[in-house]
Amino acid sequence: MAAPDEFATIDTAALDRWVRAFAAAIGEYEEELTRLDSAIGDADHGANMSRGLKAVVAKLDDAPPAGPAALLKQVGMTLVSTVGGASGPLYGTFFLRMATAAGDGDTLDQAGFAQALRAGVDGVVARGKAEAGDKTMYDALAPAVDALDAALGGEDTGGALRAAADAAAAGRDATAPMQARKGRASYLGERSVGHLDPGATSAALLLQTAADALG
Amino acid sequence: MKKLINDPADVVTDALSGIAAAHPDLRVDLDHKIVYRSDAPVQGKVGLLSGGGSGHEPLHGGFVGPGMLDAACAGEVFTSPVPEQMLEATRGIDGGAGVLHIVKNYTGDVMNFDMAAELAAAETGVEVVSVITNDDVAVQDSLYTAGRRGVGATVLVEKIAGAAADEGRDLAGVAAVARRVNDAGRSMGMALTSCTVPAAGRPTFDLPEDEIEIGIGIHGEPGRRRVPAASAREVAEMLVEPVLADRDFTGDGGVLAFVNGMGGTPLLELYVVYREVARILAKSGVNVVRSLVGPYITSLEMAGCSLTLLQLDDELLRLWDAPVRTPGLRWGA
Repeated sequence: MAAPDEFATIDTAALDRWVRAFAAAIGEYEEELTRLDSAIGDADHGANMSRGLKAVVAKLDDAPPAGPAALLKQVGMTLVSTVGGASGPLYGTFFLRMATAAGDGDTLDQAGFAQALRAGVDGVVARGKAEAGDKTMYDALAPAVDALDAALGGEDTGGALRAAADAAAAGRDATAPMQARKGRASYLGERSVGHLDPGATSAALLLQTAADALG
Repeated sequence: MKKLINDPADVVTDALSGIAAAHPDLRVDLDHKIVYRSDAPVQGKVGLLSGGGSGHEPLHGGFVGPGMLDAACAGEVFTSPVPEQMLEATRGIDGGAGVLHIVKNYTGDVMNFDMAAELAAAETGVEVVSVITNDDVAVQDSLYTAGRRGVGATVLVEKIAGAAADEGRDLAGVAAVARRVNDAGRSMGMALTSCTVPAAGRPTFDLPEDEIEIGIGIHGEPGRRRVPAASAREVAEMLVEPVLADRDFTGDGGVLAFVNGMGGTPLLELYVVYREVARILAKSGVNVVRSLVGPYITSLEMAGCSLTLLQLDDELLRLWDAPVRTPGLRWGA
């Protein structure tokens, strides 16, 4: 998995690397995600995400899409139809909105990728109606897109994406003291405090693998 | 954890194959994990579709048949099915009068059914109306949570709306009946033990041997509080009190009292609970005219029970009594 420094733009092959790296990370952290979800949810986040990302990779192998938008759309549709739960519509909508924002070009520059990422996060908000501090994946995604925007122009792509990944990881860690207000964890009330949110944890992996694969 | 399964990954498909083998009057699409009544679509009748995570059997697939659902989509254990399944089922049961989606209020179920309804509008000419069930009084602060969960009243909504569809009502009329049942129903559950999701292989939550959880959800979501293990008489009080505090059940039409098993509690104990519930209700001026006792909306092997009360009126009573022929509920037909 080469990640050359000279990447000024992000093409279909780079996005393919990102999605495969995300799938590998989900596989690696499946048990950890399940453990986090047993603490405050219903113990299915690891298994569901793993099943969905395996299907995504199989589809990429079977029918490699032409162009960034086609790839992102295929990933989104596959996640919607294989993950289930809340994560399926949320991650699916994320990639589908990214696809729409990516447009028809063969590559995305740094600004174009940042725009697409923000469109994806906006889609998550529209679908899940989450706000900052609700203890959801949004708490990792929101600081990441803000960090990416802030780094635009000032950093090379690798540095900007690393800043976004660090912000997502910090956002994930910040979910531990929060009381959940969305999803099944919300039924715990105060008992949800003290646990990392599983969705924020998988979302941090999404940004970390973006930095690894696209930087 | 011992379970009667083959591979945890195949548990839903294997069970659906079993349903197909056991019930020739149902048609099972194993690829899409959909249970249909075999004569679907019924021309001119509003189609009723529900679905949700597996592990709550007989809900929903066991309630497919004349007088109840036309189809049910099965998700993985405790995981919502996906829009593609719902879209396929919606197409498969539309007899020209539109399709009602009956959705339990869980974040995943609501999002997936929302996407399915959007797709149905975009890709098919089928008119879809959704009704969300949210009868669980254990969830108190719905401003700061995902809202009250859909539990026992869902079974009653599926039965009564199914009867309304059989009477030939239009989509708006069937949806109105379904909403009326949900509005008139309240539930409260409790657990003695946890359940174990097959893929996870260990109990969803830890509950000490000498404690019970009051207000439990059907996926092991925690309830209002943990208390020391108590007698059926005391547990019945803890279930009835919050239900009666949330709604008046002394209306003229009488009440349907539904004591539901969570999956691991024997019928013997459910009847002990029913006895106590009936005694408390009589003392509280609630006139029980119909009852349902048994495991109808379960949580795998969780031990425990839930109580659902439904305020009836003449129309709801007549629709409840109407014939139904499904694996899970069957009378008069």
